Amino acid sequence: MNSQYLMIALGATVLSQAVQAADVLVPVNLPESKPGQYVHEAPTLDDLMADETINPELRKVILKGYDMFMNTQQFRGEYVFNDMNCKSCHMGEGRMNWSGPVWPAATTLPDYRGKNKHVNSLEERIAGCFSYSMNGRPPAYGSDDMLALAAYHQWLAKRAPVYERNIAGRGFSHLGKQIPGDVSYEKGKAIYESNCAICHGSDGAGQRKDGKVVFPPLWGDGAYNWGAGMTRVFTAASFIKNNMPLSKPGSLSDDEAWNVAWYINSQERPQDPRFTGDARETREQFIGFHKHTRYGTEVNGRVLGQHDNTGEKPFLKPDNLKPRTFE
Amino acid sequence: MLKRYWRLTLAGALLVSGTVQAQGEVTNGQQVAMQGDGSGAPCLACHGLDGAGNNAAGFPRLAGLDEKYIAKQIRDYNSGQRVSPIMQPNVDNLSEQQILAVAAYYAQQPVPAAPAAGDAELVAQGEKIAKRGDWNHYIPACESCHGPDNQGMGATFPGIAGQHPNYIKQQLNAWRAGDRHNDPNQLMTGVAERLSEQQIEAVAAYLGAQQAVAANGGPQ
Repeated sequence: MNSQYLMIALGATVLSQAVQAADVLVPVNLPESKPGQYVHEAPTLDDLMADETINPELRKVILKGYDMFMNTQQFRGEYVFNDMNCKSCHMGEGRMNWSGPVWPAATTLPDYRGKNKHVNSLEERIAGCFSYSMNGRPPAYGSDDMLALAAYHQWLAKRAPVYERNIAGRGFSHLGKQIPGDVSYEKGKAIYESNCAICHGSDGAGQRKDGKVVFPPLWGDGAYNWGAGMTRVFTAASFIKNNMPLSKPGSLSDDEAWNVAWYINSQERPQDPRFTGDARETREQFIGFHKHTRYGTEVNGRVLGQHDNTGEKPFLKPDNLKPRTFE
Repeated sequence: MLKRYWRLTLAGALLVSGTVQAQGEVTNGQQVAMQGDGSGAPCLACHGLDGAGNNAAGFPRLAGLDEKYIAKQIRDYNSGQRVSPIMQPNVDNLSEQQILAVAAYYAQQPVPAAPAAGDAELVAQGEKIAKRGDWNHYIPACESCHGPDNQGMGATFPGIAGQHPNYIKQQLNAWRAGDRHNDPNQLMTGVAERLSEQQIEAVAAYLGAQQAVAANGGPQ
């Protein structure tokens, strides 16, 4: 081999190594924050343990809230009547931007919520999750359990500005609310089968082992009910886009996320706790919400939600889900 | 030395099974483990007849793993989906029936007792990754796919609790380098490449010190 060739070969080797180092096989593709947005870095559990200024009793209560958040199934049959944990939707311990970070509930409430048309507290917001996403009965307002969860939320909000609403990575609406006109059940099903079914199952029932939920159900009795925010196609699409498949955020195209969200939310699930007895009527009564869902509409020859199935939950509506009038 | 050892073991094994072999294709899992595919080292040379593997040499434990997972790995070696210059020539002549038999055989072997944990600090760091992950680097907990206590979820997500640390490290590094790529939908690749060298050491040390539980029927 002559020296000139050797030089070229060496150069090529160095170059290919440099390219390799920068070449990420599975990138974390999350959206950029918009100019002017507040970008929060929620503290970690390690920060909590290392913080010597925090009262040990408070630390204990925050840790209890964390434990409830991560393993909500410990309250199965009490607060939770499906297979969900808080962390099922709020990925990364509820801390992650683009994964429905929960701390904004502590800094933006009390505020008016269109969903129930009154001013809500942090506790009421948490109660909403239990009533719909967990198909359950919320811990009593002011109870130890409710306070522990609220404490975990508020601690995650540490140093965030109160009532700042322009928050990067908040909620699940990054893809906007307008469902593309060309979404289809069949396209969604194909995407589901090749990307989601390996964990969540072709029947959407998820997978359990040793009595523990490992991959949460996406439809059926174990899933979120018809009143959960995730039944809105746009919410599910944005959740999927930035969180699924696990460890591969941003790997599905926007189009794939919309179609698979459409497919998942075209399946049956436990009844909306606000059910009037007629799904079409319930849809109209809560059209501000249900205009984003397929509930009360005909899909594959049947009206979604026209049933009395409340899943494992032996009642329709939890008592503490009620309006306020401030009068 | 290892080579000499397996030849001796093989000689012994052949004495026992010689008569059966004469009757045609071996479909008994234990015999496949002893005789291999007829053109290389038999399984037991590295994995042991009990499937315990060998940490120092980086040979994985097979005992108690999900049998469909084991069978898939053998098929992947043969199709080139999983690349190993050691494994491929040793399994390339196995029939589908033999693959199923040897996979079932090793899946049924009792899992060995966990070795004593090493460096406590390292193990504690590994436990955190296994159970909580490191979300600031977008690393979900191992448990979120490998199941409760990392004992595995069916054919897709193998039990990694009680697997040999050197094998775990070797595989994580293979994923990072792009040398291993038979994970469905690249579900392992991204996680592996986001782990630091230190985290790989830690998680391998933790998992290696856990008691494995046989997969048996897998997820209910």
